[in-house]
Amino acid sequence: MPHPSGPPDSVGILVPSGMLGGGFSPETITRGICLGADVIAVDGGSTDSGPYYLGAGTAKTAEGAVRRDLRLLLAAASSARIPLIVGSCGTSGTDSGVNWVAGIVNAICAEDGLDLTIAKIFSEQDAGQLIAHLERGRIHALPPSETLDAATLGRCAHIVAMMGHEPIEQALREGADVVLAGRATDTAVSAAFALMRGMPPGPAWHAAKIIECGGQCTTNPASGGVFARIDHRGFTVEPLDQDTACTPTSVAAHMLYETVNPYTMREPGGTIEVASARYAAVDERIVRVEGSRFEPADQYTVKLEGAAVTGYETVSFAGIRDPQILRSIDVWAEFFGKTLTERVADTLDLPADSWGADLRLYGYNAILGELERQPATPAEVGVMLVVSAQDQQTATAISKLANPLLLHLPLPTMTHLPSFAFATSPAHIDRGAAYEFVLNHVVDVDSPTDMFRLEFTERRDG
Amino acid sequence: MAETGDAPRTLGELALEVRSKNAGPFWMTLEAFMPDEETYRIADALITAELISELYHVTPAALQIFRLPDLHVVKVSFPRPVVQGSLHDRDVHAGQHHVPLATVAV
Repeated sequence: MPHPSGPPDSVGILVPSGMLGGGFSPETITRGICLGADVIAVDGGSTDSGPYYLGAGTAKTAEGAVRRDLRLLLAAASSARIPLIVGSCGTSGTDSGVNWVAGIVNAICAEDGLDLTIAKIFSEQDAGQLIAHLERGRIHALPPSETLDAATLGRCAHIVAMMGHEPIEQALREGADVVLAGRATDTAVSAAFALMRGMPPGPAWHAAKIIECGGQCTTNPASGGVFARIDHRGFTVEPLDQDTACTPTSVAAHMLYETVNPYTMREPGGTIEVASARYAAVDERIVRVEGSRFEPADQYTVKLEGAAVTGYETVSFAGIRDPQILRSIDVWAEFFGKTLTERVADTLDLPADSWGADLRLYGYNAILGELERQPATPAEVGVMLVVSAQDQQTATAISKLANPLLLHLPLPTMTHLPSFAFATSPAHIDRGAAYEFVLNHVVDVDSPTDMFRLEFTERRDG
Repeated sequence: MAETGDAPRTLGELALEVRSKNAGPFWMTLEAFMPDEETYRIADALITAELISELYHVTPAALQIFRLPDLHVVKVSFPRPVVQGSLHDRDVHAGQHHVPLATVAV
């Protein structure tokens, strides 16, 4: 990759989609390259879909979808001689996720004859080393979480640390054409190259936040990629789909999306401040943003994410259509809970607090529960029973005790046994381990790169 | 407003969009996007800490409310009452929790 001396006037960033494996049209890439992209950046992960992916260390995205996207991105980056940066590989950014994406990249390079230098940055953390940080008072809770204890670190199945831009920049400086990062802040993935090339942090970080979800900052979030050009005073952003627009409102409103606070956002090295940012239309589909600031923090902090097993689950599902039952569905649900608790106590030698059940009445009040206001009598209800226990055998056993109740439980006042509509045979399915996010804490570090391990995959000959 | 027949009766009908989403694993956030200044003023007056506290069973002290008149948006964030992905979480992305706010009468 050529390195001209001195900082350039601007840096162009192509974000093909909000998620690697999410798909985009080949024209998206062609258009972004034509606009003078200096780097392609794409996010490969998120915690949005819950703790399972980190806990189990597996990806949410399908391998075929990731391969399809990477094939287009690698070809474009290679022929334009610009770097490709993938963040939070494999959904959660575990070491297995980085290696999974690296395996796909290596196979594509071999098949398509691409000679690229590939860097992997691992961000998975060892609980023992974190306990040492904890004992030295270097780990702090973020709201709304409580102070961390060593036992919580110990029971995590996987722990990742979210890197800032520095480990990515280090990989680029050491010659990487392709950077496959473990867990990284969504913004660091897009900001890293612009910061490395000397762009000011205010516009670089703000632009990165605006473009990290792809088309989400446009008038048509399903449209695919976006392109940002960052310079020394601000940045411009435009959609790569010619029929879609960025408007001052669509861009400014993106600061609301999945954020707690729309004005400030903490990164490892400081805070993005956009309260005084000005959004102006350049034309009907390009927006100019100036006035964004980045306030460096006194202490560099790295955020941790960890998922621990909470139990093993079994899900059962049955349908109720009988209007007599549905008119008294709350009574039925309460009777179900009481009867199941008695059956478990009679049959299985289990401490009461070692298992749990969640009875969800889909079509009635499953989604909002007690927040639902006076639901009407439904035409039909899908009854989902989720059972959690300390091991899979017990969760399955409890679900088998629940099976006759899901099939035949009457209202307490009824004199006959109804039969409900099982959707499948068997009516239950074992879910395996269930997880919970248990870390919402930051570590004070002396160096932005210390917690991350950079490795180059062996370069192919010729 | 009953006389006018078609007049919006709920915040959701008055708004361009009322939406909810997880904001990381530990928070959820609600936004009411209003079409203009007049409807923004209605939403701004309607959405108070007391209202959100009553609709979502959270203590007012836990709420963060952001009023963005330039965008005609009111945004409210609070810690998730049910841990994401836990046994009793029925909305992993918190994407359907806008409904109690959207169905408030205006």
